[in-house]
Amino acid sequence: MNPSADRLRERFPQAFVRAEVVWGETTVFVQPGAVLDVVRYLHDDEAERYDYLSDVTAVEYRDLELPLQVVWHLRSLPHRRFLRLKAELPKGAPLVVPSVFPIYAGADWLERECYDMFGIRFDGHPDLRRILMWEQYQEGYPLRKDFPLRGRFSRSEQLRQALAAQPESRYSMHELTIADAFEDLPQDMRQRLARGERTGE
Amino acid sequence: MAKRTVEVALSTSGLDAEGRPQRTPLLVDEGGRVTTLEPPPAIEPELEGEHMLINIGPQHPATHGVLRLVLELDGETVVRCIPHVGYLHCGFEKIGEYRQYNQIIPWTDREDYLNSPGNNIAFALGAERLFGVEITPRCTVLRVIAMELSRIMSHLVWLGTTCIDIGAFTPFLWSFQERERIYTLLEQWIGARLTTTLTRVGGMAADIPDGWMDGLRDFIRTFPKTIAEVDRMVTRNGIWVGRTIGIGAMGPEEAVNAGLSGPMLRASGVAYDVRKDFPYLDYETYDFDVPVGTQGDVYDRFLVRMEELRQSVRILEQAVARLPDGPLNVDDARLILPPKTKATSEMESMIHHFKQVMEGPRPPIGETYVAVESPKGEKGYYFVSDGTPKPVRWRIRPPSYVNLSAIPKLVEGHLLSDVIAINASIDIVMGEIDR
Repeated sequence: MNPSADRLRERFPQAFVRAEVVWGETTVFVQPGAVLDVVRYLHDDEAERYDYLSDVTAVEYRDLELPLQVVWHLRSLPHRRFLRLKAELPKGAPLVVPSVFPIYAGADWLERECYDMFGIRFDGHPDLRRILMWEQYQEGYPLRKDFPLRGRFSRSEQLRQALAAQPESRYSMHELTIADAFEDLPQDMRQRLARGERTGE
Repeated sequence: MAKRTVEVALSTSGLDAEGRPQRTPLLVDEGGRVTTLEPPPAIEPELEGEHMLINIGPQHPATHGVLRLVLELDGETVVRCIPHVGYLHCGFEKIGEYRQYNQIIPWTDREDYLNSPGNNIAFALGAERLFGVEITPRCTVLRVIAMELSRIMSHLVWLGTTCIDIGAFTPFLWSFQERERIYTLLEQWIGARLTTTLTRVGGMAADIPDGWMDGLRDFIRTFPKTIAEVDRMVTRNGIWVGRTIGIGAMGPEEAVNAGLSGPMLRASGVAYDVRKDFPYLDYETYDFDVPVGTQGDVYDRFLVRMEELRQSVRILEQAVARLPDGPLNVDDARLILPPKTKATSEMESMIHHFKQVMEGPRPPIGETYVAVESPKGEKGYYFVSDGTPKPVRWRIRPPSYVNLSAIPKLVEGHLLSDVIAINASIDIVMGEIDR
């Protein structure tokens, strides 16, 4: 077992849930609310130095009763260690975990993808938008188990939406603030922008 | 040093009131060398400070696929860059949850399609750890050969297209010629060129044919000459150096924090190579160096990839020398199909074959994350199994996705033309980014 697991157990007795080893890889389960503190400790402490964030993703089991898991794969390049950190989000409660973006800049797109695919909100992420799906995508979160393989909408509905799409929806509100693009917008879009809205939300 | 100002007729771009060419003052030092040119008068002074929105892609040849960049420009300088990805999203991970393990391997061809054998092997390594099987020594060495060939293949495409982006055409032809030779070798081995589907869980789809090693030896012998030729042509080339040095630089701490991997990270001076730090396929027993840059700019990334080509040849030489005889696939009835002749003549083998194909092998309950050093960086596959023949979750950790996420920082403050060079230096494959 990775020695970091025992140190986490001592240091975060409340947040630490359990640790297990599967195929030589250590997984530490922590309380979702404490993720940022745990990761900050793992990143900053001299004995740990998990300076590299490999991946952020989530797992939903086929048994829909089981909680959804958010997974962080951390690497310590100086100590050549690998640690999997998990937080379980029970079904029914809002799917929110703290963002680790303040610690790892690389978490930016990984968290956006996780939000896009699972609908998990990363609290504290500066720009949590859809990334692989377009911003106006209405069908839900594709990698959830209740999402059918073919998508939620019928083919004709998908086609109708594609044909009805506004040309300016290709640009986010954020981008339309550049140059004169704003002046050329329809009145209602300008008003929405003034209210701080983004396209598709 | 005293400086004197002389007036030199520079061009006929502007005429003065009397119809003569405008004279522009030049600073000339005592040695007679022109040192500084005063800035030409602003052509359209009223545009100063006003920003412009430029949209590059998704159908633009220099974005290496369907990448879209929205740029905010101040004159020619990039103020802000907003990348958009997802135009090629096909839901590989979702489809993988509805497929048996061996049926997913063709999908891995299609994500990073310049590195298909490498993806097949990475996938097989992950699935094998999930099943708990040890592959045979012959399979291990053959996989190292395929892995390094695929690294060379991918780096050659990178080299050729980047040279085209920056304005050199000949290296593109040379590198694609060499790449064609690897494709021929792969075609002889597996029958396919681009989408190889080379591995199966527990082994390979096929053993190498007779005489294949001679073709590989021939490639290993002649390929370094091509690298040397490209090196002579490009590395000290004034245009190349001018376009790449100091462009898109990133320091080591920042690069690690941004999650960069592969040549991108090593160019910034961090010697993180999965083959050395978290070895797989017995890479720790091969003798090779990990090239590391100092500046982390486009030029360093080019140098690192060029050196990796040479190091891959070194690994190939060692792998060819040590390739053992023996069985190719694991002796595990859970995973490997019975021979076709037995399946058509014996009842038990036929049932076994039928069950294997229709239901698929069942891994134990568990999960694993396996990372390999792909040409783009740390390529990881994360599997979660609940004991059924299909994975609960199959996650790809795409190196070029994370590398690309740093592009807004890399291009900030550079010129519009440098955006193309920086984007090329990241070595993105949109199939892998969008999946």
